[in-house]
Amino acid sequence: MFKSFSRLQWKSFFRSSSLGKSLGVKLMMGFFALYFLAMLSVLGSTLFFALEKIFPDTDPLATLSQYLGYWVLAELFLRYFMQKLPVMDIKPFLVLPIQKSSIAHYILGRSAVSFYNFLALFFFVPFGVVLLIKGYVFLNVFFWILGIIGVVLSINYINFIINKSDKALIVVGTLLLACYGFDYFQLLPIRAYAGGLFYALYENPFYAMLPLGLAVLSYFVNYSYLRKRIFLDVSLKKKTAEASSSELAWTRRFGAIAPFLQLDLKLIWRNKRTRSQVFVSLGMAFYGLVFYTMEDFGMQSGMLVFVGIFMTGVFLMNFGQFIPAWDSAYYSMMMSQNIPLRKYLESKAALISVSIGIMFLLSIPYVYFGWDSLAINFSCALYNLGVNVPVILFFGSMNKKRIDLTKSALSNMQGTSATQFLVALPLFGMPMAIYGLLSFFISFEAAIIALCLLGIIGFALRNIWLNQITKAYRKKKYVMIAGFKERNS
Amino acid sequence: MLTVQNLTKKYLGKTVLNIEQLDIPKGQSFGLVGNNGAGKTTFFSLLLDLIQPTTGHIENHGVQVDQSEAWKPYTSAFIDESFLIGYLTPEEYFYFIGELRNQNKADVDTLLMNFDDFFHGEILNQKKYLRDLSKGNQKKAGIVASFIGNPDVVILDEPFANLDPTTQIRLKGIIKDLASKQGVTVLVSSHDLIHVTEVCERIVVLNKGEIVKDIKTSEATLKELESFFGGSETPQDEIPTL
Repeated sequence: MFKSFSRLQWKSFFRSSSLGKSLGVKLMMGFFALYFLAMLSVLGSTLFFALEKIFPDTDPLATLSQYLGYWVLAELFLRYFMQKLPVMDIKPFLVLPIQKSSIAHYILGRSAVSFYNFLALFFFVPFGVVLLIKGYVFLNVFFWILGIIGVVLSINYINFIINKSDKALIVVGTLLLACYGFDYFQLLPIRAYAGGLFYALYENPFYAMLPLGLAVLSYFVNYSYLRKRIFLDVSLKKKTAEASSSELAWTRRFGAIAPFLQLDLKLIWRNKRTRSQVFVSLGMAFYGLVFYTMEDFGMQSGMLVFVGIFMTGVFLMNFGQFIPAWDSAYYSMMMSQNIPLRKYLESKAALISVSIGIMFLLSIPYVYFGWDSLAINFSCALYNLGVNVPVILFFGSMNKKRIDLTKSALSNMQGTSATQFLVALPLFGMPMAIYGLLSFFISFEAAIIALCLLGIIGFALRNIWLNQITKAYRKKKYVMIAGFKERNS
Repeated sequence: MLTVQNLTKKYLGKTVLNIEQLDIPKGQSFGLVGNNGAGKTTFFSLLLDLIQPTTGHIENHGVQVDQSEAWKPYTSAFIDESFLIGYLTPEEYFYFIGELRNQNKADVDTLLMNFDDFFHGEILNQKKYLRDLSKGNQKKAGIVASFIGNPDVVILDEPFANLDPTTQIRLKGIIKDLASKQGVTVLVSSHDLIHVTEVCERIVVLNKGEIVKDIKTSEATLKELESFFGGSETPQDEIPTL
């Protein structure tokens, strides 16, 4: 039974439409996945030496153990969004002569070998190998690794239990923050507690039984829950949220583009993928911290312009690059309706412009790193507004891949094609080149002024480019309609 | 008034539609029947300028549809669920369409009142998004949305499929009413011969992209259609009925 299930799984993977994507996207995804795994194992194999260097007096394993508590909480938090129990796949099996208990075991068993679980192993196994080389006792290391596998599996199954309510997520989130807070303000030595706990896993091989036992326990909790619910109307039914109508009357102020603006706001708010992009975008306001706290980047380097363009334009890129594919599900209706295409595009431009404004306001605190950073972010915002908005809208006319809004948000590459990679060049490359050249040959001020001016000129000419872009969309209309109808692209 | 001239559509050299001449006068209820792949949806898509004709053109009240967009204000259609916006509630969808057709909320509400019966209490005020409605209810919403804004031409692809019997009967009444009383040109396609013969004054049969019959509906029409689709034209070869 298990074998035939697995064979089906194999087929579903290799025949899935996501694998039938264009070769370029496939290669990119494969490359990223490999890169990620490679980075993890490099980290795993070098961390020991790094810790040894930073804390010469303490056992690196003990240092690592101190942070494992955070790892568990953080992984629980992240997995809440990433990993769901794939119950929908079993619908066709319900009417076949297969015992429900084996269906339940199959779903749960399958999740044990999910990609997420291997991520952790790619880090911990190399680390364990280094431990052995460094002369740690084999038996203890072996059971330590076993214990860690137990922890990973426990995380895996506890996640499915947590997944049933949003409240659990909030609890995990607050716990994570609270622990960090207690540690940071030295109220409670959380790290020391966690360190003792996880170090004991190494010291005493028998303790490995504890996480393994927890994994088994959480497996059976899931099992008994799931077994009772393999019915079409219980766990297999898609949850339908109660709809809330909203009038968004304030959009009336925008005149003729109001209906489209309302539609776009509802689109963003009522679909998972778009809604999570709003949060990602807001979160990206912190992106600059990575670069501003590094000393390697002088003010002359174009890197800060990259950061500025990225921070103020993150929504522009996330949302803008898939215009008009967001409307792909009903694009033929839009095209046969009495719709002025220009107003449609204007509304998209307005929405993106507002997002640039908001992201700029959020980036103002970077003034802490000097007035220069404010100047850079301001000029980048203007440049985005005047130049990158038309650029991204224009590239949108080349989109012809369908996006299914009902599909989940994360690691969803639907709608992606070579266009998405190409568009990054003008979006980032141009301003970085302009800034780099001018600030090198003339001065920082000249570079900033040039970016601002380009933005203002672009904004002043918006009527002209909107007309041109509208023409481009008209020309591509039939190709878009045909492309958006293909479900498996 | 719709005029079709020398219209062909080819995909990879294969002709899927070939209509030399077809005129549909204003206020006619026009039925299109044919087997799968006969070109019904292709024809409707061409009417709505969703695909490009290989040769020829269609004029809608004197406007050539692939040259100008002036036909849009007085033409409306429901082809399939892809005409619905899944993340809106039915009400929001109706108001949105209304807005595109210069109808304010009150106008739309007045129109919707006439369809209370048709909706059967399953569309309005359900606190559900269109994507969460059943296929049949989605169809009801889409069909009614195509009546918003007093269009002169209404195009409905397979409107009877997926509807429950009560709604089918009501829809037939609505379509007849539109054509006879309000002078709206209604184009309907269907696989159900009984429905089209009941609703339409004129029935055109498409077969492999070509018009093979153009009938003014009468008592004998249903028989004629059944014998055509039954596979024999001549009465003596008729399949024996039990």
